[in-house]
This record gives sequence, C-alpha cells and structure tokens, in this order.
Amino acid sequence: MNRALRLVVLALAGVLLLAGCGRNMAEQPRVGPSQATPFFADGSGNRTLLEGTVSRERGAIDPVFFTGQSEGALVTELPVELTFELLLRGQERYDIYCAMCHGYTGEGDGMVVRRGFPRPASFHDQRLLDASVGYYFNAMTNGFGRMYSYAGRIPAEDRWAIAGYVKALQLSQNATIDDVPADVRRALELAGTEGSIR
Amino acid sequence: MPQYFPPNTNAFVRWALLGGGAFTVALIVALPIYARTMNNAVGVPVEQPIAFAHNLHATQLGIDCRYCHTSVEVAASANVPASETCMTCHSQVRVGSPQLAALWTSWEADAPLEWNRVHDLPEYAYFNHSAHITNGVGCSTCHGRVDQMEGIWKNEPLTMGWCMECHRAPERFVRPRSEVFNMAYQPPSDQLTLGRELVAAYHIDTEKLISCSTCHR
Ligand code: HEC
Ligand code: HEC
Ligand code: HEC
Ligand code: HEC
Ligand code: HEC
Ligand code: HEC
Repeated sequence: MNRALRLVVLALAGVLLLAGCGRNMAEQPRVGPSQATPFFADGSGNRTLLEGTVSRERGAIDPVFFTGQSEGALVTELPVELTFELLLRGQERYDIYCAMCHGYTGEGDGMVVRRGFPRPASFHDQRLLDASVGYYFNAMTNGFGRMYSYAGRIPAEDRWAIAGYVKALQLSQNATIDDVPADVRRALELAGTEGSIR
Repeated sequence: MPQYFPPNTNAFVRWALLGGGAFTVALIVALPIYARTMNNAVGVPVEQPIAFAHNLHATQLGIDCRYCHTSVEVAASANVPASETCMTCHSQVRVGSPQLAALWTSWEADAPLEWNRVHDLPEYAYFNHSAHITNGVGCSTCHGRVDQMEGIWKNEPLTMGWCMECHRAPERFVRPRSEVFNMAYQPPSDQLTLGRELVAAYHIDTEKLISCSTCHR
C-alpha cells in the first residue's frame, strides 16, 4: 500500500467517526419528569397513584393525622406539636396557597376573588371562629363546595401548619393590646405601627 | 507496467487530501458550535398550546411561583402544573373563554396538556432545583424576570460555561434564602461580603461545585 492510499483511508475513517456526532447522549431513551413516552398506554411518563394507595409519609398509618377525623368527628386539637416555627411555616404556606382567594387577613377578599372567583366566607365570621382546626384541615384535604382539594399539592404536615395558622390569624384579628404580654407590648409601642413579628 | 496516471495526478491527490482534511477539521469545530446554538434560543418566545401569561398570574394576581411549580423546593424538577391546578380557578373564572379551550379539552378528556419545553438541558447533564433554592440562588438569577413575561423564553444560554461562571464563585450570586422567590431582588452594593457570609452560613461546598461528577453522573 502506498502512502497516499494510506492517507486516503485514514481521512475516510475520520469522516466515518464524524457520523458518531449525534445527539443521542443528549436525548437518552429514559423518561424524565413530565416527559411523554410511548411506553405507557396513555402516553404520559408521569404515573398517577394506584387506587387505594396509602401514604407512608408518617411511618405507620395515622388516621387522625391524615383525615383530621377521629371516630367520625373532626378533631379539635392539632395532632402535631404547636410551636412558633409551625405557625411561621403555616403563614408562609397560607400566603402561597390560600391568600389569593381568602385574602392575607382571611376576609375573603383576595385578588382572584376581585377578578371574578366566588367570594368565600370571612374566616372571622362567628361560624368559622367556632370551627375547629380539624374543620380547616378537612376543607383543604377534601375540598369545599367550589373550592378544589389541596391534598395533592400540600403535604399533610403543611396542611396542619396552615390550619394552625388560620386559628392564630383569627385570634390576631380580634385581639386587643391587653392580649399582648407586657414585655412584648413595650417593643410594640416603640416600633409603632411598623411593628412586624416576621 | 504501463503508467495509468500522468505525473500531475500526484499534485491532485495532495490537494484533495488537504481539502478533505480541512473539511474534517471544519466539521469537528462547527458541529459542537451548531449543537450549542440549537440549545441556545435565548430570548426567543416559545409557542404554547395556551397563551399562559406569567405577568398576569404572578404579578397582577400575586400568585406565588410555588402555587403552580409545587416541587421546586423539594425536588430536582420544578414541574409544570397539572390541568387541575389551572381548573382550581378556571372552573369559575373566565369560563367559556376561547383562550382556555385547550384547558377544558384536557380536563374533560383527563389527558395532560402538552406544554412545550423552554429549558431543556442535554440528558448527560444533571440539574437539581432544590439544591439551588435551599442554598440561596433566586429564580430570577437563572430565569430572569419571569414575573414580567407575557410569553415565556429562556433568559440564559444554559451552557456549561454559564453554569461554571457561578459555580466557580457562588458568592457573586447567592442571596438570603428568604429572598429566593423575590423576583425584584437587587443585590446590595457589598454583594461580595454578604455572599461570602452566606456561602459559609449555608455550608456551600465550593470543591463539589467544580467537580465534573457533580453535573455529569
Ligand atoms: C381559588 C380560590 C381559593 C383558594 C386558592 C382557596 N380557597 Fe378556600 N374557599 C374558596 C371558596 C370560593 C370557598 C367557598 C366555597 C363554596 O361555598 O362553594 C372556600 C371555602 C373554604 C373553607 C370553608 C369555609 C366555610 O364557609 O365553611 C375553608 C376552611 C377554606 N376555604 C380554606 C382554605 C385554605 C386553608 C386554603 C389554602 C390551602 C384555601 N381555602 C384556598 C376559594 C379558595
Ligand atoms: C398559575 C400558575 C403558574 C405560576 C403562578 C407560575 N408559573 Fe411558571 N409556568 C406555568 C405554566 C403553565 C408553564 C408552562 C407554560 C409556559 O411555558 O408558559 C410555566 C413555565 C415556566 C417556566 C419555563 C418552563 C420550561 O419549560 O422550561 C419557568 C422558568 C417558570 N414557569 C418560572 C416561574 C416563576 C419564576 C414563577 C414565579 C414568579 C412562576 N413560574 C409562576 C405556570 C405558572
Ligand atoms: C389562582 C387562580 C388562577 C390559577 C391557578 C390560574 N389562573 Fe388563569 N386567570 C386567573 C384569573 C383571575 C384570570 C382573569 C384575569 C382578568 O382578566 O381579570 C385569568 C386569566 C387567564 C387567561 C386569559 C383568559 C382570557 O380570556 O383573557 C388564560 C389564558 C389563563 N388564565 C390561563 C391559565 C392557565 C393555563 C393556568 C394553569 C397553569 C391558569 N390560568 C391558572 C386566575 C387563575
Ligand atoms: C441555578 C439556576 C436555576 C434556578 C435558581 C432556578 N432554575 Fe428553573 N431551571 C433551570 C434549568 C437549568 C432548567 C432546565 C432543567 C433541565 O432541563 O433538566 C430549569 C427548568 C425549570 C422549569 C421547567 C421544568 C423542569 O424542572 O425542567 C421550571 C418550571 C422552572 N425551572 C422554574 C423555576 C422556578 C419557579 C425557580 C425559582 C424557585 C427556578 N426555576 C430556579 C435553572 C434554574
Ligand atoms: C447563580 C449560581 C448558580 C448557577 C448559575 C448554577 N448553580 Fe448549581 N449550584 C449553585 C449553588 C450555590 C449550589 C449549592 C452547593 C451545595 O449544595 O453546597 C449548587 C449546586 C449544584 C449541584 C449539586 C446538587 C447536589 O446534588 O448537591 C448541581 C448538580 C448543580 N448545581 C448543577 C448546576 C447546573 C447543571 C447548572 C447550569 C445549568 C448550575 N448548577 C448553575 C449555584 C449555581
Ligand atoms: C455545573 C455543572 C457542570 C460541571 C461541574 C461540569 N459540567 Fe460539563 N456540562 C454541563 C452542562 C450543563 C453541559 C451541557 C451544555 C450544553 O448544552 O451546551 C455540559 C457539557 C459538557 C460536555 C459536552 C460538550 C459540550 O460542550 O457541549 C463535556 C465534554 C463536558 N461537559 C465535560 C465536563 C468536564 C470534563 C467537567 C469537569 C472538568 C465538567 N464537564 C464539569 C455542566 C457541568
């Protein structure tokens, strides 16, 4: 074989190698989140839970924690420990998931209501002041009338945090200065109207 | 043995080889550049089955990103919302709007809406939202002012070079965790001082950030 022929063969081999420059590493034959796939009959890579699936989020099955009910009645006590952190978490989650309809203070005057959604009752109506934490948990878990369920979007822990926060919100809207502990009261007076516990 | 080729064929072969070589080199250089620009439609709005407007929903209505992108804090993927999330409001609001026809079709057929992807890394690169969100990297640092967008587009090229620009010096970009969802956040004038404090406070592992196996696993 002469040198020129050898070079031609090498160059051809180089061109053949280029054929490997596809995007097959970039698009691998696996299903990513929310991708379509011909593998399942409905063409969707995201699978829905099988009927009767039980959450194992909290170790063993805890009906009070997951349904807000005990022997058919709505619970009146939080099944989780009430801490300041829990209320802060509840406030954050309430502002994300509820405030656009129920309003930041719970009056039922959120932005989406002003743009055409049916107005919910104020959380400061006597009927709702009397309602238990279980009532709020239940409304989020199973939906309420025209309000859809949030069970698929908010984990149970956070639903309890929100329920706890709504009860705190109710207290806050009907509180007087006498409800504030003496040491905090001074700080409040110093901060004037700009005071915020956040 | 007779001479089949005249002597000037030698020059022809030499030129042909040179040309072939140059062509090969040009391809090797051009293909990756082409591949990168394919992934790089920065600032180009992407067609969607519904003209969903982030500026209307996120800014005018004040809906938090997490109301729809529920998994962004806890998972690698930031999920695009299911039709049920839209129907939470649109079962009552703007019913019968022609703009929402595709939503109703999807809802009634119990079939997912097929949104077109805007950001799409090649699958040999690994990305994780929660790792960034919990370490003080704001949505707007990577996605721009989505809350002001009427359509949706990519604000950054998402090349490896772009990722590394931050991974080599995260202190230039990190912000307090409480500001991650604040789309209008402006870094303070002493960003580097604050950034270094936050990198220490959040235990950001700067060695890991530049290791190949962090993103190619
Ligand atoms: C899309 C708007 C919207 C969102 C978001 C929303 N709600 Fe509602 N909610 C309503 C409406 C409207 C009603 C009244 C429904 C009816 O009467 O048909 C209601 C009813 C309720 C009730 C029952 C009130 C009563 O009158 O007894 C509770 C409790 C409640 N919501 C809590 C929540 C919580 C907690 C969240 C956040 C996780 C939330 N809602 C999010 C619109 C909304
Ligand atoms: C009312 C629901 C909703 C809210 C609130 C929302 N989004 Fe979206 N987002 C969507 C939908 C639906 C899509 C897909 C359609 C599209 O691309 O416009 C999307 C797409 C995106 C994408 C592009 C996804 C891709 O394909 O790469 C980004 C980035 C994004 N949203 C960021 C945000 C940020 C940041 C916020 C908070 C400011 C936010 N979104 C708030 C519903 C929402
Ligand atoms: C929290 C409530 C809420 C959610 C969730 C929501 N929207 Fe909306 N959307 C509204 C409201 C309220 C309007 C009407 C605003 C106005 O014009 O007054 C609207 C308007 C629209 C419009 C314009 C309709 C028209 O006729 O002009 C489109 C399109 C739209 N939404 C799509 C979506 C899609 C797609 C989703 C799901 C990703 C979604 N929306 C989720 C509240 C919501
Ligand atoms: C460090 C940069 C970065 C930050 C911060 C970031 N994203 Fe992303 N986002 C990306 C990249 C990269 C992709 C493409 C991921 C892929 O293709 O696997 C993406 C994709 C998405 C998608 C499409 C779905 C998906 O996960 O592929 C949505 C929706 C989204 N981001 C929303 C958000 C929201 C909301 C925030 C703020 C809470 C946020 N992102 C913060 C870089 C970022
Ligand atoms: C603005 C800054 C910034 C940008 C841009 C950025 N990152 Fe990061 N990234 C971080 C920080 C901060 C961390 C947290 C490091 C830690 O956990 O200690 C991180 C962590 C990671 C991790 C580690 C996740 C884990 O499992 O611990 C991966 C993977 C990653 N980034 C991939 C990417 C990719 C891919 C891109 C480009 C598409 C990108 N990042 C762009 C700042 C950034
Ligand atoms: C911060 C995450 C990150 C780290 C760390 C990282 N890469 Fe990448 N790499 C990427 C992303 C994202 C892409 C895809 C870029 C694109 O789509 O253009 C990529 C693409 C590549 C490619 C494909 C060629 C190209 O440019 O398109 C190679 C090869 C590569 N990386 C090698 C490496 C090596 C070697 C290292 C270690 C020195 C490394 N990467 C570290 C994120 C990373």
